[in-house]
Amino acid sequence: MSDNKPKTMRDAFIETVYEKMKENDRIFFVTADLGAPALDKLKTDFKDRFINVGIAEQNLINVAVGLGLEGYIVYAYAIAPFITMRPFEQIRQSLSISSQIRPNNVNLIGIGAGLSYDVSGPTHHSLEDLSIMRLMPNFSVFSPSDWVLAKKFVDYSIKYKNPKYLRFDSKPLPTIYEGAEDLNIEKGFYEFLKGDNVCLVSTGYMTHRALNAAKELPGVGVIDVFLLKPANEQSLFEALKKYKYAITLEEGFINNGGLDGLVSKIILDNDADIKLKRMGVDDKYAFELGGRNYLHKLLNLDEEAIIKAVKGFNI
Amino acid sequence: MTNFSPESLKEKALWVRKETLNIHKIAPETRLASSLSDVEIFVALYYGGVLKFDAKNPRWEERDRFIISKGHGSISLYPILADLGFFDKSELEKVCHEGSFLGGIPDTTIPGYETINGALGHGLGVASGSAIALRNKNSDSTVFVLMGDGELYEGAVWEAVMFASEHKLENLVLIIDSNKIAMLDYCKNIIDLLPLEEKFRAFKWDVETIDGHDVSVVLESLKKLKEAKNSRPKVLIANTIKGKGVPQLENDALCHVKSLNEEEVIAAINQLQ
Repeated sequence: MSDNKPKTMRDAFIETVYEKMKENDRIFFVTADLGAPALDKLKTDFKDRFINVGIAEQNLINVAVGLGLEGYIVYAYAIAPFITMRPFEQIRQSLSISSQIRPNNVNLIGIGAGLSYDVSGPTHHSLEDLSIMRLMPNFSVFSPSDWVLAKKFVDYSIKYKNPKYLRFDSKPLPTIYEGAEDLNIEKGFYEFLKGDNVCLVSTGYMTHRALNAAKELPGVGVIDVFLLKPANEQSLFEALKKYKYAITLEEGFINNGGLDGLVSKIILDNDADIKLKRMGVDDKYAFELGGRNYLHKLLNLDEEAIIKAVKGFNI
Repeated sequence: MTNFSPESLKEKALWVRKETLNIHKIAPETRLASSLSDVEIFVALYYGGVLKFDAKNPRWEERDRFIISKGHGSISLYPILADLGFFDKSELEKVCHEGSFLGGIPDTTIPGYETINGALGHGLGVASGSAIALRNKNSDSTVFVLMGDGELYEGAVWEAVMFASEHKLENLVLIIDSNKIAMLDYCKNIIDLLPLEEKFRAFKWDVETIDGHDVSVVLESLKKLKEAKNSRPKVLIANTIKGKGVPQLENDALCHVKSLNEEEVIAAINQLQ
């Protein structure tokens, strides 16, 4: 069934969790007072397994940890910068450290990837999360680019009993994965376009920009990396090695261990002759208003900037 | 589960203090004073028939959960766990040394420990999540939490205090080892925590305050709070003395960070009664 209407990742994901909760009574959904249209049904139909802890992200993590220790699959839900940074010590002590010894399937769902809460300003922009969550041992980090991919991750989140961070865009986005039969979540990335010389390696919303820019750039490849940890580095290198040039694209701080950190590690480890350019937000917060497109223009993250960067390689 | 007479519980407490000092002798990094104020609490829980546990199967589903939020202050639990058979007694001779799993801060590699709690103020929230889970499983197990009064400065504690009563967690018992001293000073000189009972009552908890060194009283209160199924979480405020039993430590505002040398440990053991 083709459904190309823009949709939020959270609604697609929560609708699927709802279905899983019908057949599996060991799933809890805990929110720090953040909602979603799809959550209304869940909280009505699963009163005993839905908890709103209030605006209390530290307790959100702790309660989720306690449920997880008892063998439950837990989804903990809040705004991305608040679920990662407010309770960072709870995440570190009771998930990252603790789960190395006692497995704990707590899935942190952060809403508001990158600049998606555009006009809410720098407190609501989530530019640090990919770096800091990739840093945490025993965590998986999932950064989908559309709702089809987000929805498919539910099975993975149930299967793997370790803590995970799921970084969801706040805005409805059109699907780019509709019909991608060969999508393999465990592989961690998807090659949308195979190119010759330059590869755009992107995550989240930036994959939409990359695909748009590629329309103007014949021969440019596009790879969407959605599992930033554990990354399948060998497979990703196999996909990258034919290129002379690569550009990483992320709505996050660059040069600090995000997607660019992953790709540059792969290039270094393989001693590959690939010239890399990192595009993202460079060590500054964005206070400007005017919406996401405007911010992307200011920060050189729009299609025009991508095209310029590719042409700058002077192939 | 064990069930000792009041007199033998007192003897156990004395033995635990000696063993804790012996551990401190080989591992001076351990937090001695903090581990001496909660001895009677551990003794009542483990030897008094309060906690359900199976030393040979520490993750036994029907056990009571005991989350020790003041991780550093539970070195005195090591001899108890060894005595009860959670691990071999020979482990007590190598605490903090190569090859040992018994460290200065306990972690979940130790049989009998539910959580790792080096950073403070996390235990009550985690325990609240577990209490909800146990209720969901229709389990009759109780979740006990031990917290130091100094931990009450952590904001996350109060997020959990609000949460537990709202969710009517009658299967949750918080024990506050109220030894009145944090790291650098008496709590009353940092930010006064009193009145503590009223704070918890305002949050709709059942509160009881006792002498935390009278093991019979501790035992009686813990049993009573465990049995009371009244839709409210319970807190037992145990008034204790930090460094209890060791004159150099008792009533010293800085006792948290004090270590005893070998001679002092021997002298302390000899004067214990």
